[in-house]
Amino acid sequence: MEEKQIYTISIYTENNIGILNRLSAIFLKRHINIESMTVSKSEIENVHRFTFVVKMTENNVRKIIGQLQKQIEVIKAYYHTEDEIIYHETALFKISSEHLYDEKIQGKLKFRRAHIIAITENYFVIEASGLKVDIDRMYEKLKPYGLLQFVRSGRIAISRPKMAISELLLEIN
Amino acid sequence: MTTQTQTAQEPTTVKTKKISGAEAVIKCLLEEGVDLLYGYPGGAIMPIYDELYKYQDKLHHVLTRHEQGATHAAQGYARVTGKVGVAMATSGPGATNLVTGIADAQIDSTPMVCITGQVAKNLLGSDAFQETDIIGISMPVTKWNYQITKASEIPEIMAKAFYIARSGRPGPVLVDITKNAQFEMFDYQYKKCTSVRSYKPVPEMDMSKIKAAAEVINEAKKPLIVFGQGVILGKAEEEFKAFIEKTGIPSAWTILGLSALSTDHPLNVGMVGMHGNYGPNRLTNECDTLIAIGMRFDDRVTGDLNTYAKQAKVIHFEIDPAEVDKNVKTDIAVLGDVKQTLAEILKLVNTDSHESWMQEFKDHDAIEYEKVIKNDLHPEKDGLTMAEVIKEINNATKGDAVIVSDVGQHQMIACRYAKFNQTKSNITSGGLGTMGFALPAAIGAKMGVPDREVVAIIGDGSYQMTIQELGTIFQTKVPVKIVVLNNDFLGMVRQWQQLFFDKRYASTEMTNPDFVTIAKGYHLDAHKVTKREDLAAAVQKMIASKEGYFLEVAVEKEDNVFPMIPSGASVSDIRLS
Repeated sequence: MEEKQIYTISIYTENNIGILNRLSAIFLKRHINIESMTVSKSEIENVHRFTFVVKMTENNVRKIIGQLQKQIEVIKAYYHTEDEIIYHETALFKISSEHLYDEKIQGKLKFRRAHIIAITENYFVIEASGLKVDIDRMYEKLKPYGLLQFVRSGRIAISRPKMAISELLLEIN
Repeated sequence: MTTQTQTAQEPTTVKTKKISGAEAVIKCLLEEGVDLLYGYPGGAIMPIYDELYKYQDKLHHVLTRHEQGATHAAQGYARVTGKVGVAMATSGPGATNLVTGIADAQIDSTPMVCITGQVAKNLLGSDAFQETDIIGISMPVTKWNYQITKASEIPEIMAKAFYIARSGRPGPVLVDITKNAQFEMFDYQYKKCTSVRSYKPVPEMDMSKIKAAAEVINEAKKPLIVFGQGVILGKAEEEFKAFIEKTGIPSAWTILGLSALSTDHPLNVGMVGMHGNYGPNRLTNECDTLIAIGMRFDDRVTGDLNTYAKQAKVIHFEIDPAEVDKNVKTDIAVLGDVKQTLAEILKLVNTDSHESWMQEFKDHDAIEYEKVIKNDLHPEKDGLTMAEVIKEINNATKGDAVIVSDVGQHQMIACRYAKFNQTKSNITSGGLGTMGFALPAAIGAKMGVPDREVVAIIGDGSYQMTIQELGTIFQTKVPVKIVVLNNDFLGMVRQWQQLFFDKRYASTEMTNPDFVTIAKGYHLDAHKVTKREDLAAAVQKMIASKEGYFLEVAVEKEDNVFPMIPSGASVSDIRLS
């Protein structure tokens, strides 16, 4: 049996209504759980970029790319292993103000890519960003203080190998 | 404006030079060469039907009795003509009734454009009367779909819809048009679509792959070709024939590939797959080179993948890159338009005949004849077999008919025994296995090729899934010949129950109505045959008729279709009984 591993799938698409449905349906049809997903603008005007994180075998991820790529409004789809990307996630933690001057919390924020982005009478908000493990660690450290709210983003990733979308579009146009 | 002749009926066009979205839809259809479409009206699509009324001299609309029938008729039309079939329905249930046909067209790569009405834009999401999210529902089963909410989008989207449906690997496209967009007036201008920047219909041909494939083919001692519908969709029948005749390679077909090569061609070695022929199935696991052409290694073709053609080098001629290595690992993938790639490889392959290898197919044929075919075609028992009926149809039509089969035992028998001289003549639901396909598909097929004989072969179960389309046949007087092979069972399921579920016939026995009376109710000439001595004459009489005709044949109730590769077994383990 081929081993499953984490793959980051980057898909460049036209900016039309409904593409998210069309793409996610491809995962659904194959009973694949999407670990995280981010949709945003890309480096090219009017071209959107989807970033899916999935855990599957390379053989299957290749087939998925084929199916994604086949969709009319998909310009190009790529998959990358963890080594081939630079990625980031962001998380927000809402904590009661009573802990604001807790030295331990202050200590936890030091040396990490985390800082306080809002303070009110009742609560304060910490923003942390980094790899998945960094945020997992921060979560474990802050959990004892009673998280009023916690939210984390999907992965955003830049590939080390080139994804030559602009050239591709130039060629098409 | 190009439609000054229409202005007498539509004074508004004179004043403003604008036309309604609904009229634009009709004009787009005419621009795309559509002269026939199938559908069913309803509230949300009434403005378009109103325009159809005005344009009825140019655009013939056939009212089916159910929207599913409209899709299958459009599919039948598309499959025999190679043109895009068009089906139309209203919002809500009208649209959802299209879904089965759309899914069928998607998996069988049939070019089809479906147009659905939708509630007005301001009502979207309000759970309005007959509102349904047909875009969301149809997304996984369409090649592309789009919701139009303003009239100005209509020309561009319609042009794109037809381009996408017919180009590359064809497929179904659904265009959903809100009612306000149908009413809205706008400046109409049509421009044909010739490309979509994010869509590459045909991958570029790579000469190095063609050379590599030719080298392997030239060295092969036991090559086997399996061809699919890609040969037909790629209009590559001539190139294909030239290729096999030069190389002398035995060629087997998938059910959708059937009729791309004449069934009497000496290199045609029959059908692969679950109920295919003994030789090509067994020898798949003995060939040294497997050349797949325009086929997709469906599980009904391959059986157990772990034991499928493991000894062979696999060459795959394919237009859709997503099909390469999807089910069977390929050694050489020859991507591109098969008409081009076959023409190129023809120049590089050696002339050969593979006589001793071909003899192995003949030896297997002799075994299959003895164990299966003889009993199917010349039974010694009293009960009629389905194969005998196909034999008589072959005799009466000389292999020139379009055979439209439904899904089940009769379909497998029809594909196994029907003779075909011409391409685009075997119309059946392959990938989806849609019972109820044949009767409406036969209507579309006959309208697509009115000069050809069209015979629908249908089981008693399948027939009753779309039996209401007899109404369409009656109203349009389309002269299709309907043969119902009646065994009073859902035969294929019953066969599996017999073989794999200890004969527990759960819900497969049918108490059937008097089909002849029903057909007569629709004023069709209708007859029933129960005895062998009456069969040939009855079939001859049906074929001789110039009108629609219904023939029921009471066949043996518990016959099985063999050979058979049990589900999940290897092609080598094909059973003859």
